[in-house]
Amino acid sequence: MSAAATTVRGADLLRYALRLGDLSLVLGQRLGEWVGHAPAIEEDLGLANIALDLIGQARLLLGYAGEIEGRGRGEDEIAFLREHGEYLNPVLAEQPNGDFGQTVVRQVLIDVFQLELYGRLADSADARLAAIAGKSVKETRYHLRYSGGWLVRLGDGTAESRARVQSALERLWPYTVELFAEDDVDRALAACAVAPPLAAIQTAWSARIDQLLGEATLERPRDRPYAWFGKRGEHSEHLGYLLADMQHLQRTYPGARW
Amino acid sequence: MKPSSAPIDAPARAPADERVAAAWRALCAVEDPEIPALGIVDLGIVRCVEIGADDVLRVGLSPTYSGCPATDVIRRAVEQALGDAGAGRFVVTTMLAPPWTSDWITPEGRDKLAAYGIVPPPNTVSAARQLLADDRPVACPRCQSADTECVSQFGSTPCKALHRCRACLEPFEAFKCI
Repeated sequence: MSAAATTVRGADLLRYALRLGDLSLVLGQRLGEWVGHAPAIEEDLGLANIALDLIGQARLLLGYAGEIEGRGRGEDEIAFLREHGEYLNPVLAEQPNGDFGQTVVRQVLIDVFQLELYGRLADSADARLAAIAGKSVKETRYHLRYSGGWLVRLGDGTAESRARVQSALERLWPYTVELFAEDDVDRALAACAVAPPLAAIQTAWSARIDQLLGEATLERPRDRPYAWFGKRGEHSEHLGYLLADMQHLQRTYPGARW
Repeated sequence: MKPSSAPIDAPARAPADERVAAAWRALCAVEDPEIPALGIVDLGIVRCVEIGADDVLRVGLSPTYSGCPATDVIRRAVEQALGDAGAGRFVVTTMLAPPWTSDWITPEGRDKLAAYGIVPPPNTVSAARQLLADDRPVACPRCQSADTECVSQFGSTPCKALHRCRACLEPFEAFKCI
């Protein structure tokens, strides 16, 4: 048992790569919905650029997942031809954009998670994940400068902007529980130094979020019970609509290329 | 389609050093599709050009940003350039680690950026600056005033930030430290 725990199982690694890749892909797709609709041209560009980075990270992670799987599926087939229940992103990523404030709150919660995750994953025993994380963490720092900057401006802004981001925070906070909910895949990969332990990420995430909320004069919501597990393929109703939008072209014209 | 110049296998018989040098010359002519002023060698994304024991020329490219749409275009341009230069058998690989940093932009590349109107990144350890979110104002490329502000960390491409000069009121772009 203890000997087995130190060997990386392909099935675990595949699931882990899909979880991280799906998180980036689904969040990137959501941010892409802002293109042409953001409050100002600078925000349009900012959100689109962050979406682009996230989709780039997803390509690297899903491409790797395809290689681990070994059935000849590439990044496009994995992204565009999987069903709802095969997506393993946390439910937080698929939550609707709402107003700009809600998008900012969702982004801060996930940016800090990815920052703390990638910073540690860059030292992974798995060279490929380490390389992807080492590249991604540099981009994530810019994402957080953007989202964190807006959180402070809106939170410490007008009564209206503060009320909106506080309410978005209350609405999205319950979904953060899943980011740190450890299962057998996380434990097995942590045991062989492939994945950083979620407990360490949670501690760092919590401290950084508290600091940002303090600057933004926002109140940290209370933790509540949680019922969704996207990382097991159990999603909210929102993912289906997102996938229908994202996968429409490939499903209607299989193999279509730009 | 017949090759108009030398037979395609002629350079493959050239000495290894000459083959590598010819590949570098071909790569130097490949432009960044989004910043045509800049070559990909200036940008520091060509990480290695070497010939393996199997006589295959290996070219390693390091993408600037994970999602940069220019990455695929650059790769195709590199393959085209190596093919046109008669580089013999070659393979183009993506090198993620160590991750690309703006510190790798060459001095010539920085001069070309400045001449093009894009403020080059400071030639220091980018990682430390980025980590500390160092946002010191950059001088306006048009009037040289230091009275400028960053409007957005995200400009027309992932690698550039949007700034505005308070003195001459012109907007301008600066290459980001990463």
